[in-house]
Amino acid sequence: MEILNFQFPSSKVKARRAHVGVVGSGDLEILMEPSIDDATHVTIQTSVTGFGDTWKAVLERFLGQHPEAASIEINDFGATPGTVALRLQQAVEESQS
Amino acid sequence: MTFTPILSDEVVALSTRRSYIELNARARAQQLLDQGTYRELLGPFDRVESPWLPMQGIVTQSDDGCVVAKGKIDGQPAVVIAMEGKFQGGSIGEVCGMKMAEAFRLARLDNEKGIPTRAVLSLESGGVRLQEANMGELVIAEIYSEMVALRKHTPLIVVIAGPTGCFGGMSLAAGLASYVVMTRQARLSMNGPEVIELEAGKDEFVASDKPFVWSVNGGAQRFATDFADVLLEDDANAVTEAVKDLFRKGQPAQLRTDKYDLFIKRLKSMDPSKQWTGEDIRNAWKAGAK
Repeated sequence: MEILNFQFPSSKVKARRAHVGVVGSGDLEILMEPSIDDATHVTIQTSVTGFGDTWKAVLERFLGQHPEAASIEINDFGATPGTVALRLQQAVEESQS
Repeated sequence: MTFTPILSDEVVALSTRRSYIELNARARAQQLLDQGTYRELLGPFDRVESPWLPMQGIVTQSDDGCVVAKGKIDGQPAVVIAMEGKFQGGSIGEVCGMKMAEAFRLARLDNEKGIPTRAVLSLESGGVRLQEANMGELVIAEIYSEMVALRKHTPLIVVIAGPTGCFGGMSLAAGLASYVVMTRQARLSMNGPEVIELEAGKDEFVASDKPFVWSVNGGAQRFATDFADVLLEDDANAVTEAVKDLFRKGQPAQLRTDKYDLFIKRLKSMDPSKQWTGEDIRNAWKAGAK
């Protein structure tokens, strides 16, 4: 298991609370909340070690499309980058509904 | 020329049916409660997680795999507890088990205060969480004692839908329920197929033989041999309606745990030196019921 922390500069748009996913094989859980400041904070607990660069790339791409100031907590059980991207997208949709 | 498909009623019914099995624990709890009444207790953002899993290098889930929700069923106050089978095989750890036991306790206190509160437990569980073994076992004992105390006040309904099924400690919890609702896809058994095969060998039990496994512990067999009270197709609305119907019926004439004389008689009539099939058990038990 590995714990990763990322911080990204972000916009003034505050994210809203959303919870999606499950910590099951090949899947992940995302807890999204408004950020305490203007930055986006991401904490990842992942069962697979050594993929920090991949996580950073997936998150950068996501935040490029959705520049919301969010506090994101991820509990990952071996999801592929594609699954991670879809779950992040789902969290945004959930927070807007 | 246009082609107009003619769909039979059965096909239309199938295409509009919503699966219960495919719902996650949270969606199951929502499904069981009257629309708009769902209120989750100790939800993901309360972050009451297992303190034991990270110490062993295992990723936690924000609700520890157990969703507790208050709301109404058929207009009456109710608590629904739903286990998430995908997280750690629906195993019972200290936190998720305590959430369950405490929810039953609070429901009992409400009943004692004159607020008639119903309880439904949607199970998807491989039993105690091995990484939290002793705490898990202790908390399962708490769950049992709270279930026994609560069912004096209200029918307590267990729903087992699959695909994980219900094994180990939680299979005994199912035995304590007033009613057990199962789908054909669900399984209910004390020891899981792999465990039996590992302990007793392939002569005793072949865990990879799915038709065989389901013929012994599948929903249809459990319904035919009195371990389940309602057998359903995998239909979310059918599950909700079945639960409502059972609450309308009230307590059963006799709880399953009070039928021990019958179960002992049936067990005594079986010759363990012989290999029993599901069919044999159905027939023997039918004969033994007379």
